[in-house]
This record gives sequence, structure tokens and C-alpha cells, in this order.
Amino acid sequence: MAMADAAAKRGTSAQNGSDILVTFNGVQKTYDGEILVVKDLNLEIKRGEFVTMLGPSGSGKTTSLMMLAGFEVPTHGEILLDGRSLRNVPPHQRDIGMVFQNYALFPHMTVAENVAFPLSVRGVSKSEQTTRVRKALDMVKLGAMENRRPGQMSGGQQQRVALARALVFEPQLVLMDEPLGALDKQLREHMQLEIKHIHESLGITIVYVTHDQGEALTMSDRIAVFNDGIIQQLDSPTGLYECPRNSFVAHFIGENNALPGIVESVSGELCSVRLASGETVQARAVNIGGVGSKTSLSFRPEKVHIEGIGPDHPNRLHGRVNETIYYGDHVRVRMTVAGSDSFTVKMRFRAGRAVPLPGEELFVAFTAEDCLALDPI
Amino acid sequence: MTDMALPERQQALLPDQQGLKARLQRAERMKKVRAFALVAPLLLFVLVTFIAPIGDMLRRSFVDNELSAVWPQTQSAMQQWTDRSQAPGEAVFKAVAEDIRKSRDANTLATAARRLNYAIDNGRSLVFGTARKLPDQTESWKEAMIAIDARWNDPELWQAINQASGPFTSFYLLQAMDLHKKANGDIVSVSGNNAIYIDILLRTFTVAFSVTVLSVLLGFPVAYLLANLPPKTANLLMILVLLPFWTSLLVRTAAWIVLLQEQGVVNQFLLWLGVVDHPIRMIYNRAGVYIAMTHVLLPFMIMPLYSVMKGIKPHYMRAAVSLGARPTVAFLRVYMPMTLPGMGAGALLVFILALGYYVTPALVGGAADQMISYFIAFYTSETVNWGMASALGAVLLVVTLILYTIYNRLVGISNMKMG
Ligand SMILES: Nc1ncnc2c1ncn2[C@@H]1O[C@H](COP(=O)(O)OP(=O)(O)O)[C@@H](O)[C@H]1O
Ligand SMILES: [Mg+2]
Repeated sequence: MAMADAAAKRGTSAQNGSDILVTFNGVQKTYDGEILVVKDLNLEIKRGEFVTMLGPSGSGKTTSLMMLAGFEVPTHGEILLDGRSLRNVPPHQRDIGMVFQNYALFPHMTVAENVAFPLSVRGVSKSEQTTRVRKALDMVKLGAMENRRPGQMSGGQQQRVALARALVFEPQLVLMDEPLGALDKQLREHMQLEIKHIHESLGITIVYVTHDQGEALTMSDRIAVFNDGIIQQLDSPTGLYECPRNSFVAHFIGENNALPGIVESVSGELCSVRLASGETVQARAVNIGGVGSKTSLSFRPEKVHIEGIGPDHPNRLHGRVNETIYYGDHVRVRMTVAGSDSFTVKMRFRAGRAVPLPGEELFVAFTAEDCLALDPI
Repeated sequence: MTDMALPERQQALLPDQQGLKARLQRAERMKKVRAFALVAPLLLFVLVTFIAPIGDMLRRSFVDNELSAVWPQTQSAMQQWTDRSQAPGEAVFKAVAEDIRKSRDANTLATAARRLNYAIDNGRSLVFGTARKLPDQTESWKEAMIAIDARWNDPELWQAINQASGPFTSFYLLQAMDLHKKANGDIVSVSGNNAIYIDILLRTFTVAFSVTVLSVLLGFPVAYLLANLPPKTANLLMILVLLPFWTSLLVRTAAWIVLLQEQGVVNQFLLWLGVVDHPIRMIYNRAGVYIAMTHVLLPFMIMPLYSVMKGIKPHYMRAAVSLGARPTVAFLRVYMPMTLPGMGAGALLVFILALGYYVTPALVGGAADQMISYFIAFYTSETVNWGMASALGAVLLVVTLILYTIYNRLVGISNMKMG
């Protein structure tokens, strides 16, 4: 496939020899001169990488993306594309493909005309337009719909057209702002895989924006977690899930139990934390102050055990069961632990296995490795 | 066992189902009656105030009972006029002579004279002169009348009387299209000075079309500005756009007279600037009509355009630009086509309103700038020639409908947005 070849070539032989395609350098943005919507954005995106900006609504993801696309101007700092400052490059010369949440297909053009648009404004000959449009539409499995209007298509189909249109001119970089936000769950998951496959086969660089952590985890090479206009953590999906650097990330990615406590002692990687109930546990010292400072312990529900815990277990807490919820493949036990009544434990479910009953008193246990001492909430 | 039970239960349901159907129909009927009762007042209103007058206008353009009401014998006698190449025989002359005398006594002669005057030059003097000189008794009415006025021997005169004798006539409709039916039945174009209506119709469409084009040219940027300014400023500007709606048409037109006249503000300003060395004529001519009508009709262009532009989200332009289109290209190829439904609606609105414009051209236009509605008003209020007024109205209506159909084919009325 010519498109894939071209992209692969681009991926290996970088113009400036570096494999960094996009650099945000101390970028700040304010709309009203008072609030910094983007506070201090430093980010390097490699060629061929799939980077996701993940964060709650209003955290500045779209603004960051728009600055990269050229529709917003950074108040401070600089953005480089392929080693070249974008400061004086107007958006139409940046050669960046873009997919919007509401597709932004031109309603007065057919599907083929929409996809041909970036080619025709570049003065590509009619016959080449036709072949490239066909190829792009085949890639998103819409070959038969050339002559439809966007209004006659489902949301999923429209998004595929938008995708084909953003890819057909073989941009080095494609930006996607919540492209699947308007689709239902099943279609969304399907499209996630397709976008992932297209990314792999074309070798393009994609910057993807979403507020859906599941989407970010399944698709990305690296994820930048945004909050309050700051990247909280930039890491691979496993890195984010297994080792969140702060409480925000721990909460935002996956499920999380948080217990407040005071640091009693620190020894290398580990620390000892006293909880409100007076119990003391060993935790990984990830993001804490000195001895005596407040901290928040973070546990994943599936890393906490409630079965077969002997009295000599080094890390255990006393708890009482509030309710048990059956989920088919697992059971969630909601408990009161160390004063917090929303402590959740995930238990693999097997038929015939005894399930804790409400009111039952038992111990929860975990390894110090799986208990992260983070900044206080 | 269950297999047996099923058909039994279905059978048991049957009579009940019929009852259900009837009940459903009854319920639906009630709903329909109620729905109709709700729209009935509006329907009645539209019928009485809109459909009926238009129907009456169309009827008056070809129904002609004025002459036959006062000259009943003429109407029946005309059937004896078979050889259309010459004047009719004695019997017809006798009927006309009796009708003239009777209507003179009944004081209805003026009606007949007026009606014949539409079709015959100096028809009024012909009728009154003949009535004055007509003897009480004579051997030959034909000879007597021809002796009074030689025109009685002209078959064209008789054709005019025949056409005017009702009950239907093509006279008005033909005249509204500058056509004339000769005595021998041929339809020919009227000559020279009398052929005015086609010109007027063309002028009406030219003015309406020019005003529409001007409205698009001026309205588009304004609507764009309104749709893209921050709401506060946009609301203020919107009031300025709507202000003309709240002032009387007469006042607005009069204001233009003040502004545009030779001693007016605009001319003074141009003189002061030195752009011109003597005042230009901007009023009581076509320029004045264009300026004033465009001003008056502009809001009808701006409103639908604005509402369509308001709905065009900025991400369309962003998408176009991100795909490599220069802003001007993006504007022309993406934004403009998306405003077409509004532009189409606004253009149609302005065009149709402009077609019927009367007050503004009458006040700021010259004699050669009067549109068809001026003549319709002239015939209804000045000469009480309902037939001619109706015929002009009918022609305007038909031509407008034809244009509308073509427009609908080209633009598609379902693609339009009125706002
Ligand atoms: N054009 C704009 N003018 C003013 N404020 C804006 C504009 N766009 C976004 N904002 C503000 O900037 C903040 C970040 O917005 P955005 O970048 O869209 O966040 P996200 O995409 O993460 O939801 C929000 O508080 C939003 O209200
Ligand atoms: Mg956003």
C-alpha cells in the first residue's frame, strides 16, 4: 500500500534526523488574561507514536490540541513540529490532519467530495484524486458509499469518512479531539480498534484527546493525564495504572480505594503509614512529604485480598462488610475499612465459593508493593 | 395440550378484536375532529381573507358583466352578427339604439360609455354623442347611427362591443399582455404607444431582481458579522437591523427623500468632499428606487441568512483549514455553500416582496420607475377599471408562480431555511 510505504519512509528518515516530531516547550495559554487554561505544557511526541491527552472536561486538552493545529495561539512558550517552530505557520500550511468530535463533514458535499477536498485544495489532478479517495475509503471500509451525503449516514460511518478525509493527504501528524465521543459504547470500542489498526499500518503519528480513560488505555503508546492545565503524569498505559504518581492519576485511571493517613517512618522505597483507625501499614513511598506529613494510600480493588488471611500477615486491616454485589465474572465487596465506608474489594467469582455476607467482620490484606503512599487528597 | 389451547384462545379473541378496531377508529375519529376544529378558525380566516379575494380577482379578469347589465338587448343581438368583416345588420343596430336610449333614461349610460372607452379610443364621446343625437324614430337605425358617427360602420368597433357584452371576455387579459383581438378573431400585438404592460412587467422584474441582488450583496456581510460577533455586540447590531421594521414604511421612504435630494445631506457631503462638482440626481429615478427598496427589504435578507449562519459551527471552517484550504478557499468552498439555504430563502422573500412594492417606488421613483402594482392601484382607485386591475394582478401572479417553480427546481424549496 503506497500510503503505508510513504508513511513508513517518513517514519524512518526524519528530515532533521531526530525522532521527535512534536515538542511543546513551556506552553501557556490564557483566554481571558486571568486564568491559565494551560499552565506549563512540556511534551515531546515521537514519530509514529500514539499519544493521548486524557483528562476531565475543562482540563485544557482541546486548547492544547488547537494550539498545535494552529487555531489558538500560545500565550507563552513554543511549539515545534519536525524541529521547526510553528509560531508563524498558519494552520493550513501545517500539514496536520484533524478529526473532530462532531465529524465536521461538509454537508453539501458527497462522501467522495469530502474526502477529495484536501487533495483538490492542494491541486492534485482529478484522476489521482479519484484513486486516492477510493483507497482512503477502502481503508475505512466505506468503498461503496462514495456518493452518499453525510446526512444519510450513521454516526459511525460519518466518523470513518472524517478519518479517511484526515488521512487521505498523508499528513505526518493527525489530531483527534474526542472523535468517538458521540458514538454508542459498542461502536466506540469497535472504532477504537480500527483507529489503532490504521495507526499501526500507516505508521503515522497520532495525538488523541479523550476524557475516557478506558479508551486511552486501550489505544495509546503513551498517555498524558491532564488536570488544571498541567500534565499530571506522562506514561505508558501500564505505567499509569500500576504506578500512578499522584492521587489524581490514581483516581482518574481505573478504580481506586483511598485511605488517609500520616507517615510514621520512611525507609528507602517503603514507608510506614498510620491510619485514622490507629492501624499501621507498610506502603510504597511514591509521593510523600517527610515523617509526620499527611498522605493518601491508594489500593486497586483487585489487589486487595480478603480470603485466607492469617493473623501474622504483615499488611492487614480490619474491616466490616456493607454489601456484596454480583457482577457475573467477579464479586465486589463494599466494606468499611479504617473509617472509610466505600472501600471496595474485587473478588474473582467461582460457583460454590463462599461470599462474605453483610455485617461480617474480616481482614483485608495487600502487599506493600500494591499499596501506594501518595499526596494527600 | 398447549397446542390445542392456542387456536381456541385466538378464536375467542376475534370478536373482541373487532370491537377493538371499532373503538380505535372511534378514538381516531374524535382525534381528527378535534384537530380539525383547532385549525378551522385559521382555515376560515385564510379562506375569507386570502383565497377568496384572489379567486375574485382572477374571476374579475375574465368575467365581464358591466355592459350586459345596462345594455341587455345588445348582448343577445350580437349573436346575429355573423359576418365579422363588416358591421352587423339592422337588427343589431336597433338593439343597440334601444339600449342607448333606455340607459340614457335610466342614467346608466355612463357605465356603458366607460366600459367601451377601455376598448375604443374616444369610446365615451362616441356613446354620449350618439345618445344625444339619436332620433326617436327612424327607418333604418343603421343608417341613422352611421350618419351620427361613421365609426359605427367599423367592424373593429363591433368586435369591441361584442367582447364587452360578456359574460366572459379575453379583453383584459389580452391587454395586460399587450395583445388585442381583431374583428376577424386574430390576436395581434398592440402597436407602439399602447403597448406598455410588457414593459411594465419587465421593469417590475428588473427592479425586483436588482433589489434582490443588492440585498444579497449588502446583507451577507452584515449577517456574517451578526453571526460571528460576541452576543452582546451582535444583539445591539441586531436592533439596528430590526429598527426599520419598527418605523413606518412611509417615514423611512420620506427619510430617503430628505437624504438623497439635490440639496440633501448626501449630495452636500459629496460636494464638500469634491467628489462631484454638481449635485447628482439620486431620487425620483431608478437609483432612488433601488436605494430605498433595498434598505426597506434588507432585513428580510439578513434574518434568514443570519439564522443559517448562526447554525454553522466554527469547526467546519477549522476542518477545511486543517485540510489545507486557505481561509479564502475555505470560505468560498465550505462556508458559502452552507449559507445557500438562507440565501435562497432570503432572496425569494425579498424578490416576491419587491414584486408587489408600491409605496416606495411611487414616492422616490420617476414616472418610468413605476412598477406593476402602481398600475393595479391606478386601475382600482383612479379609473375603477376592475377588469384591467384584475388582469394585471393575474398576469403578475402567474408569472411569479412560474418563476417560483423554476426557482424551486433549481434551489429546492425544501432546502430553504426561513429562520
Ligand atoms: N474559546 C475559548 N474562550 C474562552 N475560554 C475557553 C475557550 N475555549 C476553552 N475555554 C476554557 O478553557 C478551559 C479549557 O477548555 P478545553 O481546552 O476545551 O478543555 P477540555 O478540552 O479539556 O475539556 C475551560 O475552562 C474552557 O471554559
Ligand atoms: Mg475538549
